Order: sequence, then C-alpha cells, then structure tokens
Amino acid sequence: MESIIQGKAFVLGKNIDTDQIIPAEHLVYSLSDPEEVKLYGKYALSGVPPAQAGLPEGNIPFVSEGSFKSDYSVIIAAENFGCGSSREHAPFALQVAGAKAIVAESYARIFYRNCVDGGFVIPYETAEHLTEFVKTGDEVKIDIAANTLENLTTGNTYSLNPLGDVFDIVEAGGIFAYARKENLMERTDS
Amino acid sequence: MAQTITQKILSRAANRKFVDAGENVWLNVDVLLTHDVCGPPTFDIFNHEFGAGAKVWDPEKVVVLPDHYIFTSNEHARRNIDLLRKFAAEQHLPNYYDVGTERYKGVCHVALAEEGFNVPGTVLFGTDSHTCTSGAFGMFGSGIGNTDAAFILGTGKLWEKVPESMKFTFDGVMPEYLMAKDLILQILGDIGTDGATYRALEFDGEAIHSLPMEERMTLTNMAIEAGGMSGIIAVDEVTEAFVKARTSKPYEIFHSDPDARYHSVHRYDVSKLEPVVAKPHSPDNLATVRSVEGTPITKSYIGSCTGGKLTDFRMAAKILYGQKVAITTNIVPATVQVAAGLDSETHEGKTLREIFVESGCNIALPSCAACLGGPSDTFGRSVDRDVVVSTTNRNFPGRMGSKQAEVYLASPLTAAASAITGKLTDPRDFL
Repeated sequence: MESIIQGKAFVLGKNIDTDQIIPAEHLVYSLSDPEEVKLYGKYALSGVPPAQAGLPEGNIPFVSEGSFKSDYSVIIAAENFGCGSSREHAPFALQVAGAKAIVAESYARIFYRNCVDGGFVIPYETAEHLTEFVKTGDEVKIDIAANTLENLTTGNTYSLNPLGDVFDIVEAGGIFAYARKENLMERTDS
Repeated sequence: MAQTITQKILSRAANRKFVDAGENVWLNVDVLLTHDVCGPPTFDIFNHEFGAGAKVWDPEKVVVLPDHYIFTSNEHARRNIDLLRKFAAEQHLPNYYDVGTERYKGVCHVALAEEGFNVPGTVLFGTDSHTCTSGAFGMFGSGIGNTDAAFILGTGKLWEKVPESMKFTFDGVMPEYLMAKDLILQILGDIGTDGATYRALEFDGEAIHSLPMEERMTLTNMAIEAGGMSGIIAVDEVTEAFVKARTSKPYEIFHSDPDARYHSVHRYDVSKLEPVVAKPHSPDNLATVRSVEGTPITKSYIGSCTGGKLTDFRMAAKILYGQKVAITTNIVPATVQVAAGLDSETHEGKTLREIFVESGCNIALPSCAACLGGPSDTFGRSVDRDVVVSTTNRNFPGRMGSKQAEVYLASPLTAAASAITGKLTDPRDFL
C-alpha cells in the first residue's frame, strides 16, 4: 500500500448516490474483460447532474469526453457518499477511472464496505467540511500514516479520521487478501 | 443483558449469547441471494479467489433470482443471464430460477417471500440493497457487494458490525387512504437519507401489526433509503400464517427485550398522517400530496419490489375501477405470482387485469423494469423531461432512465389517482 496519495481533487456535494456514480444502464459490462472494464472508467460519475460536477464551479466532467481515465485521483465530498444501491460497480468504476481515495464527511454502509472489502479506493472520513476548502483541480496530498490531507494549492492541512478496524483490510488490499493473511479461508487448489 | 430483536438474531448467527451494538462479529449466513446484475461478477470473484474447481459452501443456501434486465435485447444483459445459468449448472444450484422457463419468478425480494426463503430468526445477505425487505419476516436481511457475496459463497460467513436500532412505533388504525408507502416516506422525510446509516430500523405498533405481509415488506424494503443496514418487524400470527403456508423449515421467533437499548424511539399516530410523496430528486424530499396537488405529470408507474405486489395492485384497482387514465400508466407486477393474481383477484366482479386494461393502462411482464432505468429498450423507462409518479423506491437523478426526468415517489393509491387526472392527486378525491 502506498504511503502517500497525491493528485488533483474532484469536488462533489452531498448524497452522491450510486446511480450518479455509475448509471444502471452501464451495469451490463463485464468486470473482468479488460476492454469492457474500460467502459466503467469512461462512465464513472457520469450520472452527476452537470451543475453539481466539479465544484465549486460545476460543469466539469470527472472523465473528459472520449477518455477512459480521469485527471483526478482524489474525490472530495460532503455527507452520505455512495448511498443507494449495492452495486460494487460503483467503487470499481471510480478505481478504473483512476481514483485512489475518497474523502467524505460520511458514507452509506454498502458502498463503504465495497470500497474496503473489494480494495478499490480508500474511503476516508473527515469531520472537516473539505468541500469548502478544496476546489476541483487543487493538488492534494494524503499522508496515510499521519491521517492528513494537505491542499498543496492553498498550503492548508486537514485531519482525516483514522481508518480504525478496517485499516488492516485496506492495507492487505481487500477482504480476500486479508482473510488469506489471517488464515480465514482456503483455496481448493492450493 | 437486554437485546433488541436484531441483536438476538445476530447473536444466534455468531454462536454467542449476547452481541453489543458496534461490535464487529462473524456471522454464519443462512441464505445468500443474488441476481443477474451482481451474480456474474460475484461468481467471477468466487472462481478467481477460491480457485478452479471450488464449490460453494452450501448449494441449498444460494438463491439466484434473475430479475433486473430480463426483457431486453441488450446483448450484455443477455450474456449475464447465460453466466448465471452456467454457474448454476456447474455448482448444481437447486434454487436457480431461469429466465424463459416455467421456473422464472421475477423480482427477487418478492419471490424470496413467495417461495418460502424468508424464515424468521435467520440471516440473509443479498447483492441488492433492497435485501432488507425480508426483515418484515422477523429476520435479518441486508445488502452487500459482489466481493462480500463471493466471500460468503466460499465460506458461508461474513463480518458485520452489529447495528444500533431505531424504533418506529405506529399507533392507531390505518385509514383507508394511507398505505405503508406513506409511512416510510414520512419516516424518510423526518430522518433523512442518512438518518439510519449503519442502523436497524425496527417497526412496531398496532398499525404495523394490522398490515398484511406485503405492506410490511414495503416498510422494511425502504429501510435502505434511510441508509439502514436492515429493517425489521417482529413475528406475529400474520407472519406465521404466511411462512407456514410456504415452507416447512423450522424457525425461531425473537422479540426485543422491554429494556433493550435503542439509538432513538419515534412514535406516530397514523390517524394524523396524510398521503405523501417524495419530490425529486431524493426519497427524503417529503411533501403532502395536498401541498403539491395539481403538479402536471407525464407518466404513472406502479411496480417494483416496493410497489408491485398484489396488495399494491388491489389498492390501485380500487381507484382505477370504472375510470380512464389521462397519461401513460404502466403496471409492472413484481413476480409471475403477482401477475397471476391480477387474473384471479377481483374487485366489483372484474379481475384486476380487466380493470387496468379497461382504464387504459399498459401491463408488462414481471421484472424490475424501469425502476432503475435499465437498457434503452426497458419497458416504461423515462424519456426526456418525463415527470413520473412512481411506486418505486428511488428518485435520484436519472434513476428511471432519462437524466432530465423528475420522479415523485408515492403510494399505489396516489399513483393511481394521479394517473386519472394527469396531475398529482390525493387519493381521498377518489375514495
């Protein structure tokens, strides 16, 4: 696991539901075929109403037209990120697009579990209202050991809530890697 | 130590005498549910992680109910059905309900109840956020992702944080103009879409226990819309009669201790509640129908795990009997059994199907259909700037198809009354 995550921030509001993260019509693509997988990157966050995408200005697409990858690697959002359906395609799509971490004020349970157990993106919680202090396009740096996010564009540093119980799963890279490390499961062919 | 019904069920599943809210525990899973959208990636992860030739932990406990993208020519969606079929054959899964055969059932949460998979006191996980629906049967039901489901497939276990419970008591006698949908939309308006995150919603009171199982399922179904891990209603004679008619599996009944600890307790008098809607674009955007009546709409949609059960159609038919709809009105029975009920149930000497056809409704084959938009050829999908009144569960931007559309969530009574006028209409105007 990396010790530093650095990149451009993409800022969203509250209650970003999984239909906004990956609209249901796209859930038909394979999650293992490399060519089809790219489409999840292409359509990541494509359901966010344009005015609310890339705050504070808005009308900034997470993935630009014709591209499969995002220029943004850290998503900043307010409360209840990932509410709605159980589709694991949602954190998967964010990962495929190139997101490494999300920093939100709170998460919906299933989305949070999926991020951690699937090892897709690191879901950080923070008590800070970062959506007021970070603009889309700002360069930010997350220090995983220190649990901080530094806005390199403004020079300000903010604290993140420690990952707590789930740190070991995040560090292992997901529930299966963790379970193997802790001898919680066996393979039939090993 | 005093425990809630949810703590007691999770204690049983964790082989413990007591589990406390906030504790992470490993649970033995009684049933794993999956469908055509999340089944294929779940099976992929299972094969990848457990290796070639791996067998699921218990084929009897895996229930596969394709329901999301069934009547579509979308080749990727059809491929997903093929993948389900292949895995079910490889693993000899007895509870696979194949599309295009007599075994096909329809919407998974309703079919689980009909087929006797909802057993009081048990633990169900499913790759669908509305798995909480089954909590109406005094059991624990919760949605999970593909990775967690694949882990269960191989091990029969999953870790979960024991939820705190929020209690919602409804006193009084349900008026004829109210349905369970109005109650849950009222709760959502009061606590918000993250008002119960990581918690269990426990429903109780005279009004709740007077409801038939299908109505109780509408309440627990939308627990997830408040962020809830689960929704639950204690077993009573109505539950037992329903369960016994569908399965001979033994079951255990749990009740919350009188001194169990709750996160919060909320009390409602149903005689003081009114028909309500959730305005666009959030299930907690509460308004009484009276306060928005007259709002022009372009479509009415009655269907889904939330609002496509036989009780829902019985109520809609009461309103639509002898009337003509003014706008496109789509009737989507959740399951094959519900669809059969449209032919066997009557109101004033006519079958429900006759009433819907005579009033000008379109009736679809059972599936999730446009509740979640789906492929472009999905029945009832919203287009352009459609304004839809819908008995479904979510009205997020783009949820029913078009990103420009607006969706008002409502009870089947309100959706039917609004279909007649082409405007949001309080069902009391037609009762």
